[in-house]
Amino acid sequence: MKFFRSHVLVSVDPKSLERGAHEVIDALNDELYSQGLIDEVQVLETSRIGDPLRYGPDMMVYPEGVHYTNLSIDDVPFLVQEHFLKGRIVEKFLEKEEKVQDEELGTPTPKELRIVLRNCGKIDPNNIEDYISEEGYLALGKILADYTPEEVVQVILDSGLRGRGGAGFPTGKKWQFARVSQTKTKYVICNADEGDPGAFMNRRILESDPHSVVEGMIIAGYAIGASMGYIYCRAEYPLAVKTMNIAIQQARELGLLGKNILGSSFSFDLEVRMGAGAFVCGEETALMASIEGSRGEPRPRPPFPAVKGLWGQPSNINNVETYATVPIIVLKGAKWYASIGTEKSKGTKTFALAGDVVNTGLIEVPFGTTLREIVYDVGGGIKDGKQLKAVQTGGPMGGCIPTEYIDTPVDYETLSELGSIMGSGGIIIMDEDTCMVDIARFFMEFTQDESCGKCVPCRIGTRRILEILTRICDGNGRDGDIETLEFLSQQIKADSLCGLGQGAPNPVETTLKYFRDEYVAHIYDKKCPAKVCKGLITFSILDGPCTGCTVCARNCPVNAISGERRQTHAIDPDICIRCGICAQVCNFNAISIN
Amino acid sequence: MAVSITGQGFIDPTQEPMQKEIIDDILARNATLPGGLMVILNELQNEIGYVSATMQQYVATKLRIPISKVHGVVSFYSFFTTTPRGRHILKFCMGTACYVGGAPQLIEKARQVLGIDPGETTPDGAVTIELCRCDGACSQAPGSDCRR
Ligand SMILES: Cc1cc2nc3c(=O)[nH]c(=O)nc-3n(C[C@H](O)[C@H](O)[C@H](O)COP(=O)(O)O)c2cc1C
Ligand code: FES
Repeated sequence: MKFFRSHVLVSVDPKSLERGAHEVIDALNDELYSQGLIDEVQVLETSRIGDPLRYGPDMMVYPEGVHYTNLSIDDVPFLVQEHFLKGRIVEKFLEKEEKVQDEELGTPTPKELRIVLRNCGKIDPNNIEDYISEEGYLALGKILADYTPEEVVQVILDSGLRGRGGAGFPTGKKWQFARVSQTKTKYVICNADEGDPGAFMNRRILESDPHSVVEGMIIAGYAIGASMGYIYCRAEYPLAVKTMNIAIQQARELGLLGKNILGSSFSFDLEVRMGAGAFVCGEETALMASIEGSRGEPRPRPPFPAVKGLWGQPSNINNVETYATVPIIVLKGAKWYASIGTEKSKGTKTFALAGDVVNTGLIEVPFGTTLREIVYDVGGGIKDGKQLKAVQTGGPMGGCIPTEYIDTPVDYETLSELGSIMGSGGIIIMDEDTCMVDIARFFMEFTQDESCGKCVPCRIGTRRILEILTRICDGNGRDGDIETLEFLSQQIKADSLCGLGQGAPNPVETTLKYFRDEYVAHIYDKKCPAKVCKGLITFSILDGPCTGCTVCARNCPVNAISGERRQTHAIDPDICIRCGICAQVCNFNAISIN
Repeated sequence: MAVSITGQGFIDPTQEPMQKEIIDDILARNATLPGGLMVILNELQNEIGYVSATMQQYVATKLRIPISKVHGVVSFYSFFTTTPRGRHILKFCMGTACYVGGAPQLIEKARQVLGIDPGETTPDGAVTIELCRCDGACSQAPGSDCRR
């Protein structure tokens, strides 16, 4: 056997090959030969090195352990001379840390615990072998070999896992209901409709770790006795649809989906179905109607999907994150999972942090982490040194939690006590410049628009609330509006058919509860304290700071600004449409808003 | 229903040999799929760019279902449009993160530059401004998406 002083591993994954990995290897060998080093340095092929998102070909040099990246054949002579002849590390090609930075995920902070997101950004989502090398499909093998379906249900029950789609119903119980339904055909459905604005956890899991969802769904299929599953993905996520389809195809090729999985008697297959931009299709009965090819309108429950679901058959429907958590629970045990979190909410939850926070992106924290820790320790605090005003959780059916409750530990129960909900996990941070009446109006516009129109309280009630809120924001609020809002909210909550209507008044109720003074200011003082509502503000130009640079006049869309060059300008309030563009373009902070 | 032709030379695709071939292919592949109507409409919207009244009627006849059923589905989902849109689509996200992050100002600017309101197409048929729901890119808010 020959001994080499140095080994060079060159990545030959598909991306690197596309970018000429083999040519680089040939060039390396040629150059080493002509420099007389061919007996000292050995060139070997290896799979992907480092981050899947980065461009190869990459190269590792041992024993030094130096990582070079982004190589081309033209670089080879120089590299061989410098590194192997002169023994100097070539800075230029060194792999730089910041390159692998993932904009959405970043590096986990100490408060975080990544269980569901553990593979995201680390493995190549389009390569099933990457997932398998991270103990992927081991849980499936384990249950098919050693567990009865009842035992699988028991593990999930013991783990305390609760549905991540919003309501937090115990997943084990749901599976049990579907399991006991006595029919031959049953379905497993994955809710990947993630419609809450401000939430993108599910998208990231589907795009970065699709096999964890596939594996979770197969396990659910085994547990409840289903042989077919559907992933219902919203049309806004084309990449997720593509990634899932590739994952399903690869799983089929390896016999992990299809007939007699891993040689057992269990058969199961999956299909991806796409939505078409209707928020209400996230509601489980509406979602099933949509898969069936109909209008996505919800129907009353009971009967619950576990009894009468897709095409009238018992069906189990869970969220993406719920399924993605299942394999690791099976692998590491229910006890381990149940040891994380709070008494009633076990494990971890992913959240999408967005809004006026320094580090926006995806996070995963154990239940029981406080809002303060989420906003300041994980999120890095408020942007531009401003003050926190409210934390909005639960999407358009959630609520706004004021600063006083920032030390609340987050779990399903504490959030509902505050009038909000966990929802699917979007957290929007709002700073002092946010008008809470305007936010309530914004959410009501959303729910009113997305109401499917089937039930009256939701269809007409949300419309009436929106009209009142719009009126208040326009500066035409009347005495009695607050009381009407409260009355309508109660009625809609109590009488609506599905969760959309039942949750729709939440943003109004929480802002009324915690920020009532802002409503009062709008209605009675005709003032918008945050200076947002166009009907209640006026723009003017301050004498001192204005240099007469004419930028504002040139940018004003309605020519409301007049003034000579180098003279203080003036805004005609009758023409001004309060678009705020002058304030944005002014370099001297000369625009004042009252 | 007669061949419908609107302002900008909008020709009924079911009468166009090339388009008809695409439509027939989509129908043939999915006609027997359980719940195939949604799949068919999604593919039509993607391939042709819209699902006009005549197309809806064509689909209904081929699938042997009432046209009211097809129209009910088309009109329910916001992704399906019944008329052609501009060659470029400028979509602004109106999700919460983007709203808080300044989407309204961006839209205002686009309105000024293009001279059209959201939902409208420029007279030359080049650009349509659309507002959409959260695109799931909230950490980079405010977001817009430009197609074709
Ligand atoms: C209006 C409305 C929208 C919903 N949107 C979603 C959604 O986008 N994703 C989701 O997983 N669940 C959503 N749900 C909850 C589902 O109805 C259902 O409870 C959930 O998919 C069950 O999964 P889980 O047990 O894993 O939470 C929504 C519910 C309502 C009423
Ligand atoms: S709110 Fe705009 S991408 Fe999510």
